[in-house]
Amino acid sequence: MKPNVNLALLVMAGTIYLVRALPLVLLRKEIRSPFIRSFLYYVPYVSLSVMTFPAILSATASFFSGLAGFCAAVILAWVDGNLFRVSIGACIAVFLAELLL
Amino acid sequence: MEEKRNSKGFWFLQGMRAGIPIGMGYFAVAFTLGIAARKAGLNVLQSGFMSATMLASAGQFAGFGALAAGAGYLEMMVTEIVVNLRYLLMSSALSQKVMRDQPFFHRFFMAYGVTDEIFAVSMGVEGKLHPYYMYGAAAIAAPGWVLGTVLGAFLGMILPARAMSAMGVALYGMFLAIVIPPAKKDRIIAGVVMVSMVVSALFTKLPGLNRLSSGLPIIVLTILVAGAAAILFPVGEKKEESQDET
Repeated sequence: MKPNVNLALLVMAGTIYLVRALPLVLLRKEIRSPFIRSFLYYVPYVSLSVMTFPAILSATASFFSGLAGFCAAVILAWVDGNLFRVSIGACIAVFLAELLL
Repeated sequence: MEEKRNSKGFWFLQGMRAGIPIGMGYFAVAFTLGIAARKAGLNVLQSGFMSATMLASAGQFAGFGALAAGAGYLEMMVTEIVVNLRYLLMSSALSQKVMRDQPFFHRFFMAYGVTDEIFAVSMGVEGKLHPYYMYGAAAIAAPGWVLGTVLGAFLGMILPARAMSAMGVALYGMFLAIVIPPAKKDRIIAGVVMVSMVVSALFTKLPGLNRLSSGLPIIVLTILVAGAAAILFPVGEKKEESQDET
């Protein structure tokens, strides 16, 4: 049996919504456990770092331009920290690196 | 400041500002997603509908796989849960960050905007999170995602390869702009960031493990590393507040 595409899209959208909504809706009270509080405190740093590296190295046309983008972003984030400027700076670094290569 | 803190308009605008780089990055990624959607047999309308309702890159790519494989509905649900399990953690973290004086129903709408990027900027907000900040970010980011998908599905490769390649790092640049500044101020966070990246790099090199779907290593590593950090360096009340203020 081949599933109906439109129904499949609705099923997947509903599933992903539940994954996103359940904790926000169910965890109404402030969590008291020091372990869970600490765990949740570290979650953004870990998940974002894990997603960024090493994926950024294969996000562009070549390893070296990806590396250039990564280095540019780290340096800009360190000295400046503005989301938009860091993001654009990384893109420009990749563009320039690919012109040179 | 107190006035600003409660102003919907102020937070919506702040969110929109944060949403601009997200929307640009989304546009580029979604463009390739649109091309993949057509290959998976979806039409332009279905591609746009899927992007508008799911707003998830890995989840949607996994969806194409499931559709192409002729998977059943249950299998699709399981796939989406596994690939997007990290949102469960992110949503949990957000549940603690939301301003407590805001009406509860906002949480149902905020859930729509729980993506890697909107989560990232939302957690980066000073102090508690106003729902309108997420709405502002989503108001720019989601149209970028949908528009990119539709154009990708409609036109195929119109952007020069160089531009596509350069835009590929936009989202990662944003992630780094979120983790690096706190790491600069706090050695433990700096250590956690570095360990996360090293472990993640090792994970992709390990035979067998690198064949896992893209969502699974993220959640496994997040639980392991954040769990270890929580045991080794428990966070006191004071530090959480200082995180809120940065």
